[in-house]
Amino acid sequence: MSGAFRIPGAGRFSQAKTARFSFDGQSYAGIEGDTLASALLANGVHLVGRSFKYHRPRGILSAGAEEPNALVEIRRDAARKTPNVRATVQELYDGLDAQSQNRWPSLSFDLGAVSDIASPLLSAGFYYKTFMWPKAAWKTLYEPKIRAAAGLGVSPDQPDPDHYSSRYAHCDVLVLGGGAAGIAAALAAAETGVRVILADEQAEFGGSLRFESGAKIDGQDGFAWAQAAVAKLAAMDNVRVLSRTTAFGYYAQNFIGLVERVSEHLRTPGHDLARERLWQVRAKRVVLASGAIERHMVFADNDRPGIMLAGAARTYLNHYGVAVGRNVGVYTANDSAYAAAIDLKKAGVNVAAIVDLRDNPTGPVIDEARALGIEINFGRAVIRAGGKLRVSSMTVQPKNGGGERTIAVDAILMSAGWTPSVHLFSQSRGKVAFNDETKRFVPGTYAQDCVSVGACNGTDGLSATVDEAYAAGVRAAKDAGAKAAKSSKPKVDASESWSRGMLGAAPGAGPDTTVKAFVDFQNDVTAKDIRQAVHEGMRSIEHVKRFTTNGMATDQGKTSNMHGLAIAAEVLGKPIPEVGLTTFRAPYTPVTFGAIVSHARGPLFDPTRRTAIHPWAEAQGAVFEDVGQWKRAWYFPKAGEDMHAAVDRECVAVRKTAGLFDASTLGKIEVVGPDAAKFMELLYTNPWEKLEPGRCRYGIMLREDGFIYDDGVVGRLAPDRFHVTTTTGGAPRVMNHMEDYLQTEFPHLNVWLTSITEQWAVIAVQGPKSRDIIAPLLEGIDMSDEALPHMSVREGKICGVPTRLFRMSFTGERGFEVNVPADYGQAVWEALWAEGQKHGAAAYGTEAMHVLRAEKGYIIVGQDTDGTVTPNDAGLDWAVGKKKPDFVGIRGLTRPDLVAKGRKQLVGLKTRDPKVVLEEGAQIVEDPKQAIPMKMIGHVTSSYWSENCGRSIALALVAGGRDRMGETLYVPMPNGVIEVEVTGMVFFDETGGRLNG
Amino acid sequence: MLLIRCPYCEEERPELEFRNAGEAHIARSANMAGESDDDFEKFFFIRSNPKGIIYERWRHMHGCARFFNAVRDTVTDKFVMTYKAGEPKPTKLPKNSNEVVAK
Ligand SMILES: [Zn+2]
Repeated sequence: MSGAFRIPGAGRFSQAKTARFSFDGQSYAGIEGDTLASALLANGVHLVGRSFKYHRPRGILSAGAEEPNALVEIRRDAARKTPNVRATVQELYDGLDAQSQNRWPSLSFDLGAVSDIASPLLSAGFYYKTFMWPKAAWKTLYEPKIRAAAGLGVSPDQPDPDHYSSRYAHCDVLVLGGGAAGIAAALAAAETGVRVILADEQAEFGGSLRFESGAKIDGQDGFAWAQAAVAKLAAMDNVRVLSRTTAFGYYAQNFIGLVERVSEHLRTPGHDLARERLWQVRAKRVVLASGAIERHMVFADNDRPGIMLAGAARTYLNHYGVAVGRNVGVYTANDSAYAAAIDLKKAGVNVAAIVDLRDNPTGPVIDEARALGIEINFGRAVIRAGGKLRVSSMTVQPKNGGGERTIAVDAILMSAGWTPSVHLFSQSRGKVAFNDETKRFVPGTYAQDCVSVGACNGTDGLSATVDEAYAAGVRAAKDAGAKAAKSSKPKVDASESWSRGMLGAAPGAGPDTTVKAFVDFQNDVTAKDIRQAVHEGMRSIEHVKRFTTNGMATDQGKTSNMHGLAIAAEVLGKPIPEVGLTTFRAPYTPVTFGAIVSHARGPLFDPTRRTAIHPWAEAQGAVFEDVGQWKRAWYFPKAGEDMHAAVDRECVAVRKTAGLFDASTLGKIEVVGPDAAKFMELLYTNPWEKLEPGRCRYGIMLREDGFIYDDGVVGRLAPDRFHVTTTTGGAPRVMNHMEDYLQTEFPHLNVWLTSITEQWAVIAVQGPKSRDIIAPLLEGIDMSDEALPHMSVREGKICGVPTRLFRMSFTGERGFEVNVPADYGQAVWEALWAEGQKHGAAAYGTEAMHVLRAEKGYIIVGQDTDGTVTPNDAGLDWAVGKKKPDFVGIRGLTRPDLVAKGRKQLVGLKTRDPKVVLEEGAQIVEDPKQAIPMKMIGHVTSSYWSENCGRSIALALVAGGRDRMGETLYVPMPNGVIEVEVTGMVFFDETGGRLNG
Repeated sequence: MLLIRCPYCEEERPELEFRNAGEAHIARSANMAGESDDDFEKFFFIRSNPKGIIYERWRHMHGCARFFNAVRDTVTDKFVMTYKAGEPKPTKLPKNSNEVVAK
């Protein structure tokens, strides 16, 4: 027997296998098919957690996703500890290990529960009031203590070892919710042949048919009909049936996010199974069949373990075969709780009394309860519950006051009525409407192509629900393009029906009391808190919500929102619709980050780009740095070298003999067509029409506002063909910028743009010996200074493969950039490397490249410029064509602020002490003795130790910099002020003779 | 995720394939260098930012890579229509397909 409270013959799992599990270290037996909650209840365990704020003992309230109390931690192994799992959703498997949360030292004796006694401190708005002062208390008290005491589960402290998957799907009709309504709608749509997806959050389809013992459809028990219908649907080619799948978000244009729990219910999921699967579904039509959620009664101490929703108690009995007590009381304002009492009574459980707030209700369930001999009290209220770790009694009083009577019970089943689940409808931006007669919000105005059916639409009764849902399924299929439908509408033979109920606080929790009558269990919000919020000036329900935190826990107020609203409305003296309903937001229930992230983690989080020469650099022991998505060789340390030693050696080698550098990441765009030169004239500041084929030019690209956007060397291969290079990081945006102008502003130009970044590997060979290294491998190109002067380009062959050979220099040395098709990149590199070895050449990385270019005062766009620097500011006025009638940025350059005096200009800085290397980003001042805050006149943009200069060098943007040559300025740092001299930007070979050296 | 119709591909494709490219119908002057400060300010800095219908440029970045124009409602986010770059600003809009439809 799996638990003393399992009723023989009741429930649907009588043949099931035993599953052993543990809760807080105690071992129990359940059965396969149980949830953790039903298995605990079968063993008589109601106390499962402590509340968020007051640490009050809490039990199991519900039998579904709305559960606010029964949150536990499930442990599979050290890395698989999932907090805040709803015990009512977690399926039992053999070996399941669960722990209660938010209690210390134990669940039944919790020291934190003193906050229940000290609760006046923690009433509504306590976050805003208590935590205001003194400031120091934030560090010593509020953060560490209150945060530790108020809380739920503990996050796992290891990386998630599970994997998650992700699917996109399209369908004609998506049905969300697999109760009677959803199944009927799916059947109707599926029979027309359109593509249907039916999803339900539960392990088994059926919705409220799980507990409605009175339902009969097509001659069968309702739940059995549901299983048969879903089996039929699952067998159809045009239907996908997803159980354990929660639709958590309704986004634009019928785009729905769902999470399927693939292996959470398995003992040993195995590595080939994802833990969860994210479904992103685009549907032509959506049918919302999300049902309704029962509300609790708001009365004093209504949170004692053993007090639960009547529908939940009925589910535990009829579906799981579990009695939630032996002597139960019922407190209701609604017929549906009678059905629970009747089912329990018939199963042999004593029903001590039904307390009904209504005056003289009539109906078949009331007659049946009476006929079974159950005591019924009309017009009375339960004003308090007795017991602490488990309810022991209920105290009853006429609702308008009078004598009290206490009845011993071990469970109380309560029902204040049912709230339509309009969450997804509301997320779709639909507007709800308040039905004054039934006191509920139902879908009003639709914003998307969807329709609500059944309980979530405020439709009462199984018969009306199935009729409505079936018709909606037919209509949705037709709207999605279905031709004709065969009709086989399910016939409802017997049905239960109820509506109404009550909203807000019941008598005994009414005005002028300070009792703890909980509205929101998960956030510990009482009726008194909501009244207090209104008394303290909150008028909008959105303010009341934030002030009290009502409905702001992870359950998003599924059971509490309507009660909270009604209490606020009552105190405000306004009708409910005027106070308004808070907005429902995704996710409907919590979604793991794992499901959202799916495969996009670790190496798959962002693509990594590697050059053709990467494997060689890796084999040489290069240290890499990330530049955008690229991995670039940063430096090549030899044994015993640190970064500085390696960089110094590489820099000296380039100037002494030669260096090889992988420049493949450079952005490259081919600009081709009869109007290519015209296009270049418009996109760059420089003149291009007269540039001869075979020659190169350093080009500057501006935005319309006149600021530098990108730069690079451009080679003209032919009158109608330019090989444009861009910065490594700038390639995509430069391409976008060019395409934008070509397509929209200059569409009359006959030009094609092609990104060729990844087609060409680029090997820079720089230094006095560079020509000697390349020449032996080259065919068809004369490398003499006369035939191939600085800033020219030729096409030929190297190592037998095509090359575009640029003579250009980013080091100030005689230099070449060998472009070869990327597939030959490494082979050509290795051939050049072998030649280089004969001359003592070194491979150098990006750090040496930076130092070498700074020694020559060559700027790096994005480092020495920041989007507010003009060509003139950067000392590059010579690159702006003065006679050009137009180019992008021409007008921006003449804006008053851009020609004003005193702009920051790029200059060189030499520290007074040559050994001191400035910090990049450091601020520069004129007078270091001035009062703080000092007037900052510029900042350091580039700064390095230069082994070739034997001193530190720096570039900086300084206000009026070029007029300050020779001036002394200061860089205040935490360890003292550094004195610097303003200089020109060229620190090495000022005459430039080495370009031909 | 929105669906956007590319007027070149003549297909509705998911938003992921597209990039917004700012407000549409702001033409660059043929005599750019001669623009007054005021005109340049209007051209480069001033944008309409309406609540309601906005005319925008979009690019089918991960598709045909073409820039095109779109009419969008900033309240509902939804697209009213799209049309090719260079086509005139539509004076008559189709009945807003995104109007809240009572059922
Ligand atoms: Zn396209």
